[in-house]
Amino acid sequence: MSELFKDLFKKAQYITIPDSIKNLPDSKKKSKEEVSSEPKIVCTKCKKEVAPDKYAVALRVCPHCGAHARLNARDRIAMTVDEGSFEELFSEITSANPLEFEGYTEKVEKLRSQTRLNEAVVTGRARIHGEACMLAVMDSTFMMASMGSAVGEKLTRLFEAATVERLPVVIFTASGGARMHEGTLSLMQMAKVSAAVGLHSDAGLLYITVLCDPTTGGVVASFAMLGDVILSEPKALIGFAGRRVIEGTIGKKLPEDFQSAEFQLEHGFVDAIVPRAELPEKIALIIGLSKGGEAR
Amino acid sequence: MSEKQTVDALTKFTLSRHKDRPGVRDYVSHIFTDVLELHGDRSFGDDPAMYTAIARLEGIPVTVIGHVKGHTVQANIASNFGMAHPEGYRKAMRQMKQAEKFGRPIITFVDTPGADCGVGAEERGQGLAIAENLRDMMGLRVPIISTVIGEGGSGGALGIACANRVLMLENATYSVISPRGFASILWKDPTREKEAAQTLRMTADDLLALGIIDEVIPEPEGGAHLDHIAAADVLKVNILKNLSDLLEKDKEMIYNERYEKFRKMGQYKIIE
Ligand SMILES: [Zn+2]
Repeated sequence: MSELFKDLFKKAQYITIPDSIKNLPDSKKKSKEEVSSEPKIVCTKCKKEVAPDKYAVALRVCPHCGAHARLNARDRIAMTVDEGSFEELFSEITSANPLEFEGYTEKVEKLRSQTRLNEAVVTGRARIHGEACMLAVMDSTFMMASMGSAVGEKLTRLFEAATVERLPVVIFTASGGARMHEGTLSLMQMAKVSAAVGLHSDAGLLYITVLCDPTTGGVVASFAMLGDVILSEPKALIGFAGRRVIEGTIGKKLPEDFQSAEFQLEHGFVDAIVPRAELPEKIALIIGLSKGGEAR
Repeated sequence: MSEKQTVDALTKFTLSRHKDRPGVRDYVSHIFTDVLELHGDRSFGDDPAMYTAIARLEGIPVTVIGHVKGHTVQANIASNFGMAHPEGYRKAMRQMKQAEKFGRPIITFVDTPGADCGVGAEERGQGLAIAENLRDMMGLRVPIISTVIGEGGSGGALGIACANRVLMLENATYSVISPRGFASILWKDPTREKEAAQTLRMTADDLLALGIIDEVIPEPEGGAHLDHIAAADVLKVNILKNLSDLLEKDKEMIYNERYEKFRKMGQYKIIE
């Protein structure tokens, strides 16, 4: 387990706080004075100002329009898993620079120190409302959570480990797609991870994806759409091709809600849209109802 | 050979998209016998950008799949320039599952700038269609041989290329994005196309070195477009050679070897 998660989850000195904010990371539990000195938060969707404390309590959900702000992996894990239950796996894996693309190594190094993550996905073992699972959370602050060899390898290992241990897999997706800097090797990760999804599925095991804003490109065209159950956060952008690419192809503007979670639900590609606050409970419910699978 | 290797990546990319370059239908007519084209995904429609057929290869029953490009503007419009829709990927998978049922090896021909990027494709689940093909192809218990004959454009190409053996014609290219797209996104300068093609390592020789493909198939002098029959003859010999090798293996070995082959792809670093 990395240092980062050690100090985040192994602490026992939690005070009594309301259930709704119990799973928030320490960074969000600020005193009144600290809150008032913080910079103003503006909702990226409705552009209205949000009081920081309110925003934190609402799991970073805008109280005006209900927009779900993008979360980093740390915050997501903290608000999803049972306290102290997260054990990070495969954190030692990070990107190489197979195409010797100028600036890529430096970019990854810089992001590693900025985000204190080694890659764009965090993988590990967890419990969600008491249900054991293998968990992956993509972090869009790390190169738009694009999938290169390291992300592909971590996810493949997670599915393989879950198959051996007969555990469900839960993935919170958020990604710009394949990582261009690794060329065709990134493309191949789509096949590699999808094969591991198939292996896990053939063992009669459950896979849940939670599509978060934004889930696009090669991630949509591989593991994101392969969940037995596909949930989405409200208003998340979910699509294969980029909006500008499509607009360029058809020569006109697309409607605002094109490729939204609601659009995908309407077209039959998402099982349910679940507000952030209800996700852990719904995930646990699905796991609890899906334990009768047998190997093919 | 050595002379040809000096051809730069962008020139190869241009050659890989040459309008006279043999397409799936050209290869099929030279390589297979008893060919019966089969249409439709049994759900939405028939995608003219995706060819599916049953046929014989030197007497062996096979299923043939491939992206369709045309040699004329009209033919290209009719086949959407080889950019398949979700129903195309579903049509291919329907035939691949049937191939498994009847023990037919699958031979695919990859030739696409990418999957279709339109409104209809999004509405009908382009991402899901490709994703399912990746997962399900990787799970098939019959031998699959794919050849990148022209342009191997990203997920749209991979959607029919999860094979036990991936061959590539000498002047074909295979990439996550076009050189122009790469230059626009990473350098904000689409004019650096030539440099991008080089950096992407998208040629057959590059991809062989990266462990992404298994064999480079030589083309007639000057390129496959100059002699369709000669190109098809060489490809046929190489497909047959790989097929006879794969036919020696039992179903589980076919599955396992394909899984392991893709499992090894990627280069990453271990820290600490
Ligand atoms: Zn708002």
